[in-house]
Amino acid sequence: MLLEVNEKKGRNIMEDQLIIGGKEIKSRLFLGTGKFGDDHLIPKCIEASGAQIITVAMRRIDFHTSQENMMQYIPKDCILMPNTSGARNAEEAVRIARLGRAAGCGDWVKIEVVSDNKYLLPDNEETLKAVDTLVKEGFTVLPYMTPDLYAARRMRDSGAAAVMPFGAPIGTNKGLRTREVVQIMAEELDLPVVVDAGIGKPSEAAECMEIGAAAVLVNTAVATAGDPVRMAAAFGKAVQAGREAFLASPGAVRQYAEASSPLTGFLHEA
Amino acid sequence: MKITINGESHTCQAGETLLSFLKAEGISPQTVVAEYNGSIVQMNQFGTTLLHDGDSLELLRFVGGG
Repeated sequence: MLLEVNEKKGRNIMEDQLIIGGKEIKSRLFLGTGKFGDDHLIPKCIEASGAQIITVAMRRIDFHTSQENMMQYIPKDCILMPNTSGARNAEEAVRIARLGRAAGCGDWVKIEVVSDNKYLLPDNEETLKAVDTLVKEGFTVLPYMTPDLYAARRMRDSGAAAVMPFGAPIGTNKGLRTREVVQIMAEELDLPVVVDAGIGKPSEAAECMEIGAAAVLVNTAVATAGDPVRMAAAFGKAVQAGREAFLASPGAVRQYAEASSPLTGFLHEA
Repeated sequence: MKITINGESHTCQAGETLLSFLKAEGISPQTVVAEYNGSIVQMNQFGTTLLHDGDSLELLRFVGGG
């Protein structure tokens, strides 16, 4: 029945798979691991949200403070995606990506090249150079980018496995402020569009999915919530709900009211 | 001898390897990624990487990030 309805208007839910880098991805929610008040919450949030792709960062070891190995908190069946945060240009991003792979955690990488410290906006030009180099080295490359259709096409042509435009600046919890461009990117690109950064609430994650995003990456919204585990679960459900709504094709938006109940057979009719 | 680690000068004993240095600092080698004079050192080579005066070492690890 469901399939019949969707043949007419919507899309076939039964065949809804997310493939990135040749792998079928189980969850359309990607989770970051920064800013958690207690790293013990990380595995609980991963489990509650169902997230499979998990981001981490690389930093210099600080010899003056004792640091725990946070990798122990990431379940082994997750796909680890180190980011290149801290990179200010393509060369630094490539260097960080190679170091991440040397750590033996696979060949996925989130390219993040930022030289603006106020808004942390990604530099598409430098990002593209890093994508180019790292794809040739066999990485599965997901660039974090300023939403732009042409730049995204160039990333695709260079072999990016997905593109990750921001919804709003990192850590702002402002929601999908880039809706128009992200929707166009999702429509026009033949590779997954993952909304990364700025998403603050589950309803905003659902909105991303409703307009055709393939997935959503959140971190701050979960890590800084009053109850991160509960928020992680809420995001997991929101992303699923948004995806199903997209597949179901939402009804048309109209200017004037259109009654849902029949407009005939009223009591007062003669 | 003096080597630069993560931008800071450290004093090391002659004959020290990357592995013995990490152990002396109480750092588990499994959690470390090393760049020695600009080149990545694979983990199985930590024990054979001899540190020399004037060397530059970057030692990194994974931390939480988005």
